[in-house]
Amino acid sequence: MLYLPPDAENKQQKSTIDWPKRFQELAKTAKYPALKKYYEAGIASSSSPISHVPMVAVDFETTGMNPDKHGIISIAVIPMTLDRIHMSQAKQWIVKPRRLLTNESITIHGITHSAIERAPDFSEIIEPLLEAVAGKVWVVHYNGIERPFLQGAFKERLKESIHFPVIDTMEIEARFHRQKRSLWDKLTGKERVSIRLSDSRDRYNLPFYAPHDAMTDALACGELLQAQVAHHFSAEKPIGDIWLP
Amino acid sequence: MEAEHVEILNFLRKYSPFNELPEEELQLAAKNTSVAYFKAKTQILEFNQHIDSLHVVRSGSIETYHKDGSLFNRLDEGGFFGEAGLLRKGRVRFPVRTIEDTLLYYIPGELFNRFYDEYDSFADAVEVEEQRRVSHAVKEHENRNRTLSARVETLITREPVAIDKNASIREAAGLMTDEKVSSLLIYDGEKQDKPVGIITDKDLRKRVLAVDRDASSPVSDIMSENLIFIQHNNRVFEAFLTMLRTNLHHLPVLRQQKVVGVIALSDVARHESQSSLYVVSSIFKQTSIEELSQLVPDVHKSFVRMVEEDANSRIIGSAMATIGRSFKQRLLELAEEKYGPPPVPYCFLALGSMARDEQTVVTDQDNAMVLDDSFDPKLHDEYFLNIAQFVSDGLNACGYTYCTGDIMATNPNWRQPLSKWKHYFTDWIDNPSPEKLLQSSIFFDLDGVGGETRFAKELNQLIRKKAPKNKRFLGSMARNALNRTPPLGFFKDFVMEKDGKHRDSINTKRRGTGPVADLIRVHALAIGAQRQNSFARLEEIIEANVLPKGRGPDLRDALELISMVRIRHQALALEAGDPPDNNVAPEDLSDFERKNLKDAFQILSNAQKYLRYKYSGG
Repeated sequence: MLYLPPDAENKQQKSTIDWPKRFQELAKTAKYPALKKYYEAGIASSSSPISHVPMVAVDFETTGMNPDKHGIISIAVIPMTLDRIHMSQAKQWIVKPRRLLTNESITIHGITHSAIERAPDFSEIIEPLLEAVAGKVWVVHYNGIERPFLQGAFKERLKESIHFPVIDTMEIEARFHRQKRSLWDKLTGKERVSIRLSDSRDRYNLPFYAPHDAMTDALACGELLQAQVAHHFSAEKPIGDIWLP
Repeated sequence: MEAEHVEILNFLRKYSPFNELPEEELQLAAKNTSVAYFKAKTQILEFNQHIDSLHVVRSGSIETYHKDGSLFNRLDEGGFFGEAGLLRKGRVRFPVRTIEDTLLYYIPGELFNRFYDEYDSFADAVEVEEQRRVSHAVKEHENRNRTLSARVETLITREPVAIDKNASIREAAGLMTDEKVSSLLIYDGEKQDKPVGIITDKDLRKRVLAVDRDASSPVSDIMSENLIFIQHNNRVFEAFLTMLRTNLHHLPVLRQQKVVGVIALSDVARHESQSSLYVVSSIFKQTSIEELSQLVPDVHKSFVRMVEEDANSRIIGSAMATIGRSFKQRLLELAEEKYGPPPVPYCFLALGSMARDEQTVVTDQDNAMVLDDSFDPKLHDEYFLNIAQFVSDGLNACGYTYCTGDIMATNPNWRQPLSKWKHYFTDWIDNPSPEKLLQSSIFFDLDGVGGETRFAKELNQLIRKKAPKNKRFLGSMARNALNRTPPLGFFKDFVMEKDGKHRDSINTKRRGTGPVADLIRVHALAIGAQRQNSFARLEEIIEANVLPKGRGPDLRDALELISMVRIRHQALALEAGDPPDNNVAPEDLSDFERKNLKDAFQILSNAQKYLRYKYSGG
């Protein structure tokens, strides 16, 4: 589990990275043309109000939790803003992982062996994927999957990584719901508030969505961000205060 | 690859109207959905804001409310809103805010409109929901707009105060002072009977103090007799109109033939005043035809205002008929001022739509005169022709054009003594033929508006007595009622009026409200219905079980819908400064009106078939 300092809300630090500048530099050094193009599309600066920032809700389904051992099997991206999540612009891909597909992951994701056998390699969808997310800030629930898996896949196939800022709705949830447990709480066995996607959604009166479908999880995550901003921030909150430091 | 939106799809599939759509359209809807989250108590839509998608509540709840802030409706999961705006002008009619934290799905407006056009079951489901909300809204509206729809009994605050007719005026005045009332009912002995009279503050002033009458004389000396009552379930609006028409400021209220209270003009006036009532009262202040004709713009204004206030066609029709009747009454008063008092008693009749309380702003004058049987043409006819001519010219000046069928009191045929009129009706009913009755059906909607109104009552009684028994008469009336048919193919092949001027339009009166009123009249005559208004007749017809189950309410809704399309069309014309008429062009109709009008015409057509089957022997 991601390490989160107690009382993160108050101690939260501003992102130190100047992402627009970083993108300009990366555009110069990137070798793969589609990646160069991606960086050239730019990204919001940390001072932009979140209501002005184009975003994209992303979810990967993978064969496991470790980017070094496991592979991506499905990717869903849904362009969104603070106001609207645009399903009409959503895209989803199934890809064939180079690593073992366990029987367990099949039952979880509901994607069959034959569908995966027919699916292309990740390298074939890099271009459309980068096109779909260009200029947009990623929104994910739990930062440990999408960016690391994407970086792993890039390194493996293109011999260069990819860098971009990410909003993590789980981290935002932790800021507000993961205060330090008191001794009393520990003694009385009071459970920690769950910041899993479906439990977090519950707190904002968001409906139950069946998990483990990339498109549904991405939508669930996008909706959660809208709810979090509505409850905890204002539409004018700079994106730099919201995305991961 | 194709993106699947399982959650949205599964959700839409569960709820009306989407569950009426085929699978591929549902997928299209799911694929094109947008999503947004709103915290509790957030404004989602403002009045008149542009709207481009159907809003569906995925979770949470919202409320829609009126411009004035009063609640209109509440919706939760699966509820949808914004359809009215999409189907009409693309503008929000009812502002919306969230009650709880709410997640909304947005279905693009173009998609919704296409579904609405292509799938009847989808459109029907949308309307069922709208209908449910509208009937809910009507109830709310009635609560709010009390002058138009509150019942008389709601104004009664206390038991009526009464005194015996042999009591002295002084005792009566003392009782009124003690009880703090401005009127007193007078009974003759047993209080179970209806009161024989009423006295008011004004009577004490005018009939006692001003004339120095002895206060010990019996109260019966100063009471007003021939009381005019109002039924407990009449609308306040109707009570006000009755007061204005009769110039009485106190009306005893009856429930089951017993007086349960008295309402005063001041009770009624406490409700917000309606512009049409001002028109009526100002009519009686004008002293010439010229002055009366200057009220026409006010009449139009009050008509438009009622439409804007969402009054229903029954209220508008009744208010406009009351205005028309008031013009007639005032013109009769002015005529009698000019030509002197009538040499023999007479009754001035309103016929057709005015008698039925179903007038709009486009109406000609249909009237007649019933004279006392002591009428001698040589001695008296010049007088009555003068009166008829004066009223007819006056009405024409006030926007009620001369009747092209010459059904006016200026026509000697329709200016006859009571016995002759009884002979007319007896002949029409006993020796009927469709041809003979073709022009006379209008006489079967008659109402006395001036003079001896009991003549009109007698004629109506005669009709009620004779008509139900006479199958040939009813058959002839039924056949004539089928002459004008609804334009069923209107929306497909555009069956248009062929008068050249309105080639691309439909005459909502000739092809709509006219035939409905005609067929309701036949049923009403068959059961000897008491009332003349089509809606009121229909109530009696439904009670008498003449129609197959459910057909009565359908017919009522159809009449209301066609009437409102006609009325709204006229109001729009008035607002645009155009002369109002009955011809509605299809492109002027919203999708919603078009769809419903189609259904209403179908209901009318079915009702005509049933009429043919019931009275014409198939």
